[in-house]
Amino acid sequence: MSSATERRDFEATKKMKGVMGKYFMELTQGPQQGRKTAWCTSVGPAELLRALGYNVYFPENHGAMLGATRMATDLIPLANARGFSPDICSYLTSDIGSYLKGESPLQKMKMPGPPKADVLVFNTNQCRDVKDWFQFYGREWNVPCVGIHTPRAIGELDDSLIDHVAQQTEALVEPLEKAAGTKLDIDKLRETIALSKQCTDLWKTVLEAAANVPSPLTFFDGTIQMGPAVVLRGHQDAVDYYRLLLDELKQRAADGVAAVEGERFRVYWEGMPIWGKLSSLSGQFTELRTCVAASTYCNSWVFEALDPSDPFRSMARAYSSIFICRSEEFKEQYIQQMVEHFRIDGILYHDAKTCPNNSNNRYEMPERLRQKLGKPYLVVNGDLNDLRLYSEEQTRTNIEAFVEQLAEE
Amino acid sequence: MHYFCGIDIGASAAKLVLLDENQQVVARTIHHSGVDYAQTADHCLADALSAAGVTRQQIAASLSTGYGRDNVPWVGGKITEIACHGKGAFFHFRRAITVIDIGAQDSKVIHLDNRGRRTSFKMNRKCAAGTGAFLEEIALRLNRPVAELNDLAERSTREVSLGSFCTVFAATEILAKIRAGEQVEDIVKGAFRSVVKRIVEMDTLVGDLVMTGGVAAHNRYLATLAEEAFGTHAHMPPDPQHVGAFGAALFALERHEQGE
Ligand code: SF4
Repeated sequence: MSSATERRDFEATKKMKGVMGKYFMELTQGPQQGRKTAWCTSVGPAELLRALGYNVYFPENHGAMLGATRMATDLIPLANARGFSPDICSYLTSDIGSYLKGESPLQKMKMPGPPKADVLVFNTNQCRDVKDWFQFYGREWNVPCVGIHTPRAIGELDDSLIDHVAQQTEALVEPLEKAAGTKLDIDKLRETIALSKQCTDLWKTVLEAAANVPSPLTFFDGTIQMGPAVVLRGHQDAVDYYRLLLDELKQRAADGVAAVEGERFRVYWEGMPIWGKLSSLSGQFTELRTCVAASTYCNSWVFEALDPSDPFRSMARAYSSIFICRSEEFKEQYIQQMVEHFRIDGILYHDAKTCPNNSNNRYEMPERLRQKLGKPYLVVNGDLNDLRLYSEEQTRTNIEAFVEQLAEE
Repeated sequence: MHYFCGIDIGASAAKLVLLDENQQVVARTIHHSGVDYAQTADHCLADALSAAGVTRQQIAASLSTGYGRDNVPWVGGKITEIACHGKGAFFHFRRAITVIDIGAQDSKVIHLDNRGRRTSFKMNRKCAAGTGAFLEEIALRLNRPVAELNDLAERSTREVSLGSFCTVFAATEILAKIRAGEQVEDIVKGAFRSVVKRIVEMDTLVGDLVMTGGVAAHNRYLATLAEEAFGTHAHMPPDPQHVGAFGAALFALERHEQGE
């Protein structure tokens, strides 16, 4: 690939590698340092776990690594053979395959592999698969697996719903205290939520930079830069990192530096990333001088409702307002706002075969939004991790034809 | 006189069309795509030049399309087969149309408005259902040459229905039908019907129906079944297999005139 199609990386990324490295190092050293490890779903109650002194590990992050390194392709079949269908979440199947084989991308970072959990904590706001995934390890290691069952397809977030989720979150305190061997300090929780909120606000501002024309960052940058917002929310390191990144972004925007040289069109990415193909997709879009400027995915780690003065209820609100657990009407409105705000020319829907929860093309939404917004769309069939479900050639042609169509509009 | 060339290297066949300045076709050629696309493209071009009595220097612009579009060294640019099939089909039917292109490895449904602007397109999902590859597999199972399928389907008096999406499962279904003593022609008609069903599922029909591509060109009975399914006449442009190459040549001419 020529250098013209390579992603223009940020200076700050070097720093991020250090931040993430430190995070993983702490996870590894946890047991020696007498710290307990909690596994947490990506939009689970991380602040509560941190406040209780746990090292918090996010297996979906590991899932994404397995996808990005394409190790997933060889590992998924092991989980399939064990009885996990090839049709269910391929984060789950890659991660369990990785466990069964004892191979992990973390080994390249001199870690033995994912840290063993002392407790597993899920939130079904995103899907049921996370619970099934965690329960597997609960059985393997004979450790508690507890969680929050958030309703899905939520329209209005009313008080009764918030109460219901907040009560479940509070009910976790006791088993989590027990597993941690310590009592919850409510001030520590408030402090963690405050840090998490700062991280959220900064991350949101980072993504907002893409509203500039040309955009100084792409969705593909976002999938890399989101690391700290996912695994280190509620931690000072994430806040410090995004301040640094934001300075660089502001400078880029002020200098009119485009992430995609000669940006002609702006596309919205709806759905999961195709982790094993990010760099070739990014290269193709760059070649077509089309910027994938915004996405639902990267915006899923913006939790505006977090409020240290009302810890449990605000966590309940924050983690129940995310896109994935909302109604079709809400989602449609959300995408419409994004399209307008980021001045989007067309929408790409990724239909991820193993994640119906995060594939929004399946109930006629693309057609409805096309009629409403007058913007063309493209559906790409693929998967987050299972590249057996992806046709590179067809996708390339589809994207090329889509950009031709944007040029005709 | 200047000439314009469009070459469409598909998964199975490579097609080339040479146009003069008045959009008249002066030559069209076809070869198996093979594995060396660049060489196949050279063969197509050499044949076309000699058929038309034109020299290479007289070609003012060329464009490539199809799976092998990146592998033709002598063209001035590339463009997708979705754009080219749309362009080529609209040339013959200047009104709002839905173009259905059934290719060897993929099928497309393209909507064009009455100005020829593409409003949407769909390509079949990853599998072979609804493509020429499906019919090839069926021919193999029935031990008949692909070229005979159309006649067989037309002779059928009683249709056998194949229920499965999947090509492999459909092949298994066929084995069961053979065991049950069904006639080959009835099974083939069922297979044709299955291709059409997969296409009907892809998108709605907007405007007139136009069918292009090699598979429909060689299996005209598919068009008859598509007419039944959509309840409307299925138009076919002249030489449906070359529509992609023709569209590419039209783009080449247009771009040349625009000074690109
Ligand atoms: S939301 Fe989708 S990708 Fe994420 S854990 Fe659930 S099924 Fe897997």
